[in-house]
Amino acid sequence: MAEGRGLVLKRPSSIPGFGLALGFTLTYLSLIVLIPLTGLVLKSATLGLAGFWDTVTESRTVAALRLSFLASLFAATVNAVFGTIIAWALVRYRFPSRRLLDAFVDLPFALPTAVAGIALTALYAPNGWIGGLLAPLGIKVAYTPLGILVALIFIGLPFVVRTVQPVLEEFDRELEEASASLGANRGQTVFRVMLPTLMPAILTGFALALARAVGEYGSVIFIAGNMPFVSEIAPLLIVIKLEQFQYAQATAVGTAMLMISFGLLFFVHLIQAWQRWRFGQ
Amino acid sequence: MTDTAVAPLLIPEPVAGYPVTTERLPVRILLIATAVVFLVLFLLLPLAAVFVEALRSGLGTYLAAITEPDALAAVKLTLLVAAIAVPANVVFGLAASWAIAKFEFKGKSVLNTLIDLPFSVSPVISGLIYVVLFGALGYFGPYLQGHHIQIIFALPGIVLATIFVTFPFVARELVPLMQEQGTQDEEAALSLGASGWKTFFKVTLPNIRWALLYGVVLCNARAMGEFGAVSVVSGHIRGKTNTMPLHVEILYNEYNFAAAFAVASLLALLALITLVIKIGLEWRYADQIAASRRH
Repeated sequence: MAEGRGLVLKRPSSIPGFGLALGFTLTYLSLIVLIPLTGLVLKSATLGLAGFWDTVTESRTVAALRLSFLASLFAATVNAVFGTIIAWALVRYRFPSRRLLDAFVDLPFALPTAVAGIALTALYAPNGWIGGLLAPLGIKVAYTPLGILVALIFIGLPFVVRTVQPVLEEFDRELEEASASLGANRGQTVFRVMLPTLMPAILTGFALALARAVGEYGSVIFIAGNMPFVSEIAPLLIVIKLEQFQYAQATAVGTAMLMISFGLLFFVHLIQAWQRWRFGQ
Repeated sequence: MTDTAVAPLLIPEPVAGYPVTTERLPVRILLIATAVVFLVLFLLLPLAAVFVEALRSGLGTYLAAITEPDALAAVKLTLLVAAIAVPANVVFGLAASWAIAKFEFKGKSVLNTLIDLPFSVSPVISGLIYVVLFGALGYFGPYLQGHHIQIIFALPGIVLATIFVTFPFVARELVPLMQEQGTQDEEAALSLGASGWKTFFKVTLPNIRWALLYGVVLCNARAMGEFGAVSVVSGHIRGKTNTMPLHVEILYNEYNFAAAFAVASLLALLALITLVIKIGLEWRYADQIAASRRH
């Protein structure tokens, strides 16, 4: 950077192929991602500001967006708590089946969402293995918003575990010893020394799980019941509007969802910038 | 005397030289139990349910369900789509990581962020954007219809949507690794007279082969299993534009549960194979796969 004169776009290098590699990258990126996404936003703009606003504030849309966001928030919170406990158990303790369970944490990344959706529905339906146990207690999971929560917890679980795990593995044990030798009990060491260090990773995992959950479709629609105003998620509403050939309205809901997702992404970047600033990495 | 009797209760058991850095036994048991129960309940049970439901009506029904013509057509389409989408994203991943890791240029961090963009877009929106461009009422709809070119509700649309959702997989494995490796190996090869392409194939590619395979495996799993994006652009024409996940949905919605779970079990098997290869690569080549823990 030192020799950069402000207008120099690329530093000289003896490696060939910059033009070809970057040219191909930018072309492919534009054709597959940037132009189509711009098309979506432009299409929603054909409604005009008032039309756009009317579409996204229509009561059914608001209900769907609110459900998607709140259920995702709740599921990500559950994942943040249990994901941290799971990461802790996997890193700190030795117990039978630990490596197997560790490997299975990535299952939600590998298992197609439609498969997860019908499997969870089969489990939590009133005649399913878990649903059958809950039915006598008067708890209905499948075909209710509770079912949406179960699906979103499933798909979001790996994010927190996999962001917390490496930080915990590299955690400096001497900090814990220092804390203990200064008279802190184990609880104080965990909650006042270790958790603050883990917090950026937990928050990053939380935000990633949240972003994934807000847009999730496949695993949710089977178990949700899909009742308008009750258990209809925002991505499903887009599909419904599309099937009614309301392209512009569908893109308006889509644009609103994109804004939420990018807001979350921005949040992740802020956490990471804060982390770098605080720990000087 | 009483001291010796009380002391063992107060001091946590020594663990490999760090007596003060672990929790008491009851707390440990509680945390392990919580983790195990949660993982079994949310991960292993759904997986087991797929296979149990698939075989509930007997092996004959199972085999019939996965060998009927529509199921076979779905398998074929899924393989075809992955066979186009994955190589496309491999070429992109190689080009992007070459540009980002080997050179310093303005806007690099922006480019890096843009590559990850598809991961934060809902699958439904990933399909929707192509409907808006190429659908009957889309920007290019009238032109395409005039020339009898079908993209939406046909193979090209399914491939495009699949490429979009699997876009970052290869690049995000390669970029950090190649940045770590620097340019010394390539500079050495070039100074010894190797051409650019020869340097790439003989020096760079062997250096990144395990990370590349890792990215390809993850990319492929998602390409074959994608539901939301493909569902929007496919049109659900049986035997024609139904991929395996869509075929599962159709069977399920027809209350043909045994067949739905039978086809689903094939996808679950694919997921298991993916996990096995992934873990194998992580254990064997951890040092050659940068960022193996991140997703």
